[in-house]
Amino acid sequence: MVAQNTTENQSLPEFGERSLPHVDTSSMQLSKEEGLMLYEDMVLGRLFEDKCAEMYYRGKMFGFVHLYNGQEAVSTGVIKAMRPDEDFVSSTYRDHVHALSSGVPAREVMAELFGKETGCSKGRGGSMHMFSAQHHLLGGYAFVAEGIPVATGAAFQSKYRREALGDERADQVTACFFGDGASNNGQFFECLNMAALWKLPILYVVENNKWAIGMAHDRATSQPEIYKKASVFGMTGVEVDGMDVLAVRKVAQEAIERARAGEGPTLIEALTYRFRGHSLADPDELRAEEEKEFWLSRDPLTRFARTLQERNLATPEELKEIDNKIQGVIDDAMTFAEESPEPDPQELHRYIFAED
Amino acid sequence: MIGSHLLYLVWLRMAETLFFNALREATDEEMGRDDTVFVLGEDVGHYGGSYKVTKDLYKKYGELRVLDTPIAENSFSGMAIGAAMTGLRPIIEGMNMGFLLLAFNQIANNAGMLRYTSGGNFKIPLVIRGPGGVGRQLGAEHSQRLEAYFHAVPGLKIVTCSTPYNAKGLLKAAIRDDNPVLFFEHVLLYNLKEDLPDHEYICPLDQAEIVRPGKDVTILTYSRMRHHCLQAMKLVEKHGLGYDPEIIDLISLKPFDMETIAASVRKTHRVIIVEECMKTGGIAAELLSLINDQLFDELDAPVIRLSSQDIPTPYNGKLENLTIIQPSQIVEAMEQLMTLQV
Ligand SMILES: Cc1ncc(C[n+]2csc(CCOP(=O)(O)OP(=O)(O)O)c2C)c(N)n1
Ligand SMILES: [Mg+2]
Repeated sequence: MVAQNTTENQSLPEFGERSLPHVDTSSMQLSKEEGLMLYEDMVLGRLFEDKCAEMYYRGKMFGFVHLYNGQEAVSTGVIKAMRPDEDFVSSTYRDHVHALSSGVPAREVMAELFGKETGCSKGRGGSMHMFSAQHHLLGGYAFVAEGIPVATGAAFQSKYRREALGDERADQVTACFFGDGASNNGQFFECLNMAALWKLPILYVVENNKWAIGMAHDRATSQPEIYKKASVFGMTGVEVDGMDVLAVRKVAQEAIERARAGEGPTLIEALTYRFRGHSLADPDELRAEEEKEFWLSRDPLTRFARTLQERNLATPEELKEIDNKIQGVIDDAMTFAEESPEPDPQELHRYIFAED
Repeated sequence: MIGSHLLYLVWLRMAETLFFNALREATDEEMGRDDTVFVLGEDVGHYGGSYKVTKDLYKKYGELRVLDTPIAENSFSGMAIGAAMTGLRPIIEGMNMGFLLLAFNQIANNAGMLRYTSGGNFKIPLVIRGPGGVGRQLGAEHSQRLEAYFHAVPGLKIVTCSTPYNAKGLLKAAIRDDNPVLFFEHVLLYNLKEDLPDHEYICPLDQAEIVRPGKDVTILTYSRMRHHCLQAMKLVEKHGLGYDPEIIDLISLKPFDMETIAASVRKTHRVIIVEECMKTGGIAAELLSLINDQLFDELDAPVIRLSSQDIPTPYNGKLENLTIIQPSQIVEAMEQLMTLQV
């Protein structure tokens, strides 16, 4: 199993961790198929990023590469509660795993990182600019918070189709992912205002991993409990344990239901942690060892593997089998990326305008 | 007799159109033609737009299609981009184009570059329109010429209109274009009047307009400065100077219509560029280098560049006049080129 057999530390440490919101998932229905699908998606995210680190250090990919290790339960919990290829997703520069959960094949994400023509953005985007029109991935946005307005526009579009064009089937929901650091940016507040004002079908998902590069969240904001900021806009705000995929899924399902019913947006604050430095160029020397250990002990994969076994939905062997299968997918993606052609230099100017 | 006179008047009233109404007609026609077209911005709905370009359109199309937004330029611009990526055709009205400085990130990173960084996954059919230019003593912040600031952004088309006729035809073309178009109007031109055809028409976005054919010197200009050049011609006539310049309204600032420009330069061998931008990093600066790159051998004299002073536009009326080019300076430039021995 990718999930390590560590025991979880549930008591709060001395160094100022927030008490965890309790979302009761014990009564939540979960079929074996669903459970394994969630597990598989998280393993995909984890192993993909591990491979990225390896390839980056071997000089196969370049630039700023931000990995998602530790936060998998958020991507899986939210995106796997949405309708594939129909609902919209927007992300940040930490976007590989959101792309994978959205259904972009690992081959295309890896090829993009290798700068190849077969990448989901044709090798023009790179790590921080994963896009897929087919999978309704509105993109990775490299500037902090700039994806928030774009996602809000996609949500506006759903409302427009339904109300101005009379299209009853236009009930797509948009999930907009960003970090704690982004929640101090004006676009966050401006968009919360507009989304609440017009009751847009959108989930603003803040992945509060406690850090914005080297800026501790508590040092950057007057109100560290981000979900509370929804209330001044008359919007529902919820906090959730971002290391618990079922809790995230439950909260997301409720928010999606509200959005589809025309009841407007939700601000979801997922308390999570990144297991690696800010990017692969970050030596990660600032964060305290004890803080890292505390969060590592809450690894969302380990935890969900345990849940699946407790619920008798999977045996360790079955989970191991999934790990192996996904490792195969990753290895295949890497080979595919390596063997793919580079973009044609003749096409340097292609994709500037719609006609190209 | 009286009857036919009345008929004539009625016909005249139907055809004579104010600049802002030409823009309104273009918007109205395109919204009627395609229900994915919508307008958003500050005070575009109930208030009808600061220059009345969207007056009462919300009554016809509803509040979602003529969307009054909060004063949040970067966010509603980004929102329009998201809507464009997902199949709508938004028109952003900048209450004043200067306010779009707050949306610079969204316009440059998202409207301009996203199609490319996405490897062609998304297209962004978006128009961003509104008043630019130096008005009458509006002060520095409300007198900006952002076309130069945005000029370097890849993926944007930049268009300027200058008459009711081209304002209408160009705006319709911009709305139908599948790319992001920055569409500059001029704050002092909204009340120009012109007889417009009754039938529908479109003006191509990428074609310069020969305002006055001539053979002595090519004058390249755009927006309100087109009218300054025509004023200069009045002075030329009044003083019997006999110059015969070819005046070209660039219309498209990005890309430039180099074909029309080159044909004229090959004829006149002399060039004056008249712009309202500041000189440093202005539109003329870029055009001048293109002319040097492509047409150097055609030139009989160095190109003359008439631009605004490199200063924040002063409030004081006299100082403001000194800041932007005046018709007499255009005459002097012609004189300088015409008396040059070559
Ligand atoms: C507008 C802008 N300013 C600064 C940066 C540099 N930068 C990149 S990531 C980052 C921290 C963002 O932290 P957070 O929003 O919490 O997301 P996380 O990296 O933790 O996922 C900063 C400052 C940027 N990319 N964009
Ligand atoms: Mg963070």
